[in-house]
Amino acid sequence: MIEVRDLKKRFGPLPVLQGVNFSIQSGEAITIIGVSGGGKSVLLKHLVGLITPDSGQVLIDGQDIAPMDERELVPIRRKFGMLFQGAALFDSMTVEENVAFVLNRERKYTADEIATRVAEALDWVGLDGTQKKKPAELSGGMRKRVGLARAVIYRPEILLYDEPTTGLDPIASDTIDHLIIRVVEKLKATSIAVTHDMRSARRIGQRILMLHEGRIYADQKPDELFKSQDPVIYRFVNGISEMKKYAEL
Amino acid sequence: MTSVAKQYARDWLGGIGRGTILCQEIVASLLKAEPRWRDVIYQMYFIGVKSQSVVALTGAFTGMALCAQTAIQFHKVKMDTATLAVVSVGMGSELGPVLTGLMVAGRVGAAVAAELGTMRVTEQIDALRTLAANPIDYLVVPRFLATLLVMPLLTAGSICLGILAAYLVAVYLLGINQTYLWYNMKHYTDTNDMLTGMIKTFIFGGIVAVIACYKGLNCPQGAEGVGKATTETVVFASITILISNFFLTMVLQKLLP
Repeated sequence: MIEVRDLKKRFGPLPVLQGVNFSIQSGEAITIIGVSGGGKSVLLKHLVGLITPDSGQVLIDGQDIAPMDERELVPIRRKFGMLFQGAALFDSMTVEENVAFVLNRERKYTADEIATRVAEALDWVGLDGTQKKKPAELSGGMRKRVGLARAVIYRPEILLYDEPTTGLDPIASDTIDHLIIRVVEKLKATSIAVTHDMRSARRIGQRILMLHEGRIYADQKPDELFKSQDPVIYRFVNGISEMKKYAEL
Repeated sequence: MTSVAKQYARDWLGGIGRGTILCQEIVASLLKAEPRWRDVIYQMYFIGVKSQSVVALTGAFTGMALCAQTAIQFHKVKMDTATLAVVSVGMGSELGPVLTGLMVAGRVGAAVAAELGTMRVTEQIDALRTLAANPIDYLVVPRFLATLLVMPLLTAGSICLGILAAYLVAVYLLGINQTYLWYNMKHYTDTNDMLTGMIKTFIFGGIVAVIACYKGLNCPQGAEGVGKATTETVVFASITILISNFFLTMVLQKLLP
């Protein structure tokens, strides 16, 4: 279970998170939406201890990770897998080495076992046969799929997705969405995705949290949220900018 | 103007503080986690073997220039045969370690800062952390250990080549008697001169590695940030080597007279 209590973070004079509160049960699939630059990725990075909050608590299975240092965070981070916005593949390594990174570090598997599991993970994302390629040889969508294979190969309990479909064409976005849904079903993992792609948010989230002005503004099921008449939610999910209002005036 | 100065002072002090924390994390990593020796050996190859030619060339030509200049001046007072002694002591305790440090700061420091900086801006360092790998253990310690280990070797090579090149210039170009030249060099060069150089180069290696890793890990976002981190690494590492060299000379002269 993940619980965030009164989380606050500012960068210099700019307040980004101004008291965020929510909780996520094990096995839930959550989508966090909000405007670009609104703090969604910052919030996601707090959940895995990549950013230390100014105040507040981030409880992972009851343990507050906010005051932990890098070494204390290692066992907590073993529960997480994360897909980054740009996939964040290690460009000095091949696809195979990227996907097998955690297995190689654990030093408890033979080379054959690792090769089999890497092939399975890549097959699962539809990229078996790309083992020897370097990340620079892959397209954006393929990189994200390799990133997903790297995140799921060690079967983490919690999966975080930072803008999983940003920068992809509609077909590649659809593939990523389906893979995320399959991860939730197959691994029974808790899934938290940050996105401003409304189609994706609706499909992959069982519950949607909307971050607005540094706080959780809405916490609803997708159908309820997309029908909402609240002006802030309505304008965001339907993509109505302030410019439209000025144009009408 | 005052606010700019205050901001500059705050950034500078903040940088010193973060650098100190990085040093503490490196020591903690060395005490708590076994270094990844495969990575250390790879870094030794990249930092040491790949820097050999540039360091050797620097050492050889510096030795030759020092020899020619010293011989011309010493000729005026009929002390030509002391030329190689001056080159040997100069190269061993000062020029060898300092020039090797500067060349490694330029070649290796810049490369390390650019590599880590690019990893930071493309979120590869965050990815490492989410994969339960500590970037200090995985990225910094191998580079730090490799630099410490290869710097004395590179410097020793640079000093030897400098002295050899100077010997060839003195004997074959300037016609100085080789027997007295060699005898005087051996007579006036003390083990402590070479030990001073080795201690210095070990410390310079640490300086280059820490500054390069610090700048890379704290690189500002974007391509401009990587460029800035790279430039600052070379500038700060070079300045730190030159300033610390003076203080090390003073201290080591007392400790190793």
